Order: sequence, then structure tokens, then C-alpha cells
Amino acid sequence: MKIVNDEFIENGVITHPDECAAPNDQIAPESMIASNIKYLAMGMLFGIIAVKSEIISWYRIQEMFRLQSFHMYGVIGTAVITGAISVLLIKRFNLKTIQGEEVVIHKKNFHWGNVIGGLTFGLGWAITGACPGPLFAQIGSGFLVIIVTLLSAIAGTFVYGLFQEKLPH
Amino acid sequence: MIEFIRQPWAWYVSGALIGLTVPALLLLGNKHFGISSSLRHICAACLPTKIPFFQYDWKREIWNLFFVAGIVAGASIALAFLNNPEPVQISENTISDLAALGIVADGQMMPASIFSFENIFTMKGLVFFVMGGFMVGFGTRYAGGCTSGHSIMGLSTFQLSSLIATCSFMVGGFTMVHLIFPWLMKLI
Repeated sequence: MKIVNDEFIENGVITHPDECAAPNDQIAPESMIASNIKYLAMGMLFGIIAVKSEIISWYRIQEMFRLQSFHMYGVIGTAVITGAISVLLIKRFNLKTIQGEEVVIHKKNFHWGNVIGGLTFGLGWAITGACPGPLFAQIGSGFLVIIVTLLSAIAGTFVYGLFQEKLPH
Repeated sequence: MIEFIRQPWAWYVSGALIGLTVPALLLLGNKHFGISSSLRHICAACLPTKIPFFQYDWKREIWNLFFVAGIVAGASIALAFLNNPEPVQISENTISDLAALGIVADGQMMPASIFSFENIFTMKGLVFFVMGGFMVGFGTRYAGGCTSGHSIMGLSTFQLSSLIATCSFMVGGFTMVHLIFPWLMKLI
């Protein structure tokens, strides 16, 4: 496992957008359907978990911010601990990807957007009762009106892109 | 077995499964868990623009769009086959707090009195769909990630900036629920 900076491009091979929160670091070429079908399957599992754990529930988010239930803290806390142990194991045993490549972790450098954007997202999260993942799951679980929320979120991302260079970071 | 799965899952089961998404994506093909990026890729793919922020090879990142399409499909499967007929069990305190604001806990995932098509062109729609959604999309991209990218992936890899971002998410949420929301609900 190696840790790289956001801006890091190895031998000019990796050309993911800088500051991409979810970059693709696979070097081996990927086909559109055959390679990506496994991420569709992963997404499906995630969608099922999101619904069955009720993390997509607007009420659960209200409970969390009112400190009236441990549920959401338990879910996120367990997820972080499980994720962290997994990453440590990948590092300790130098596990490779199924393509035999070294696992790459990106260092997320601090900028003031983490705070200003984070606060903005938090305000929105409490209203919509959903972060981006659950937005998709809410639509899938029959709340089709959330398509409007999703379109607004896409518009928000677009407006950020429009003013990115003028915003404090 | 299926009856068992139909029940709401305990936090430690759900949390562990969500946490396993991190190594699964890394080992399947060096992908970083993060969902808000999909919104950026949708902008890059669908909106013809010269904005530098959207000038990149989005096709290389398309796995992320497959992942979110999967979330929609997975949630539909959960609804169709694994649906829990019992109402969502939330805290009595939350039920009474929401009732004081005029929101009746209806036992569904989300209050139908707010999240329905009739409300699209009302003040409720403007606040809950348009404004809320905008802040989620704008805020997550400005922060460089959301609950998945920062709070789960970022904290799992011990990143200080993700810890700061996660604390900011929480402060924003507490501020909305305790300070702004009571005022907002009177307004709409």
C-alpha cells in the first residue's frame, strides 16, 4: 500500500481529476461493462444495507442531531472502525488488488473548504435527511420526489464548479 | 431466514457491512469509496461546459456512476423483497419534538407530509428539496467529500482533514436542527 498526495500523478499514467474524493487508481485498462459491473453489484449491496439499516430515514437523521438515539452514531462508528482495521490489514499484509496492483491511498490535504463546505453540507443534511448516498437510496425505495432534491444537489455541485476559483480554500 | 433479513438491521451489522465497502472497493480495483463525486461526474458528463472543474476524463471515473446506479437498484430490491411491514421505530423524544414542530411521525422512512409531489411548488418544496439539495451538492463538493468520502473513507485512512470535515458536518447539522429548523418550520 502506498499513500500519495492528491496532485500525485505517477509517470503521467494516472489522470484522475485533482481533488477527486473518490479517484480511480487502477492502472490496468477497464472495459465499460465487464469491468464496471462489479461496482454496480457493490452499489446494490450498499443500497440494500442503506435501506435495511434505516440510515436513509429522515427521522433517523433528526434523531441523530437531537442526540436521542445511538443508532446513527453506532452505524457510522462501526463503519469507520471496520474500514480502519481493513486498511491497516491491507497495509500490514501488503495486500494487492485483484489485478495485482499496489493499493493506493490518497492523502486529503486540509483546505478551508473542509470547514465552510462541511458546515453547508451539514445544514443541508439535516433538512433533506440524506447525504448523497442515501439520496440515491431514497429514490430507489420509492420516494421519487427526491429526484428533485438530487437535481438540486447536481445544480449545487455545478455552481461550486462555476465559482471554485473565487471561493476561499 | 428471509423473515430475519426483513427486520431492521442492527447498527453493528450495518456499520460493519458499510465499513467493508472500503477494502472491497480498494481490492476490486483501487477505487476510493466516495459517493458525492458522482454528482461531479454527472455534471462533467451531461453539461457541455468549459468550466475547468468539469474538464477531466469522466469516463475514467465511470465506475462511480455504476455504483450509484447500483444503490438505486439495491434500494428498490430492498423495498420489493425485504421490506419491513412494521413502522420505523424512532425515539419517543424525537416523535414528540417533531410533533411540536407540526411534523407527524408516520412510521415511513420519511414524512410523507413533506416529501411528496404535491409539495414541489410550495415553500416546503423550496426548502426541503431545492434548498436542502443545493446545500448538499454545493457543500459536499466544497468540502471535498461527503459522509462516505470523508467520514468513512477519510477517517478509515486517518486523515486529519476528513476529521475536520466530519466535525463541520455535525456542527452544521446540529445548528440546523436546534437553531434554524424551529424558526424555518414556523415560516413555511
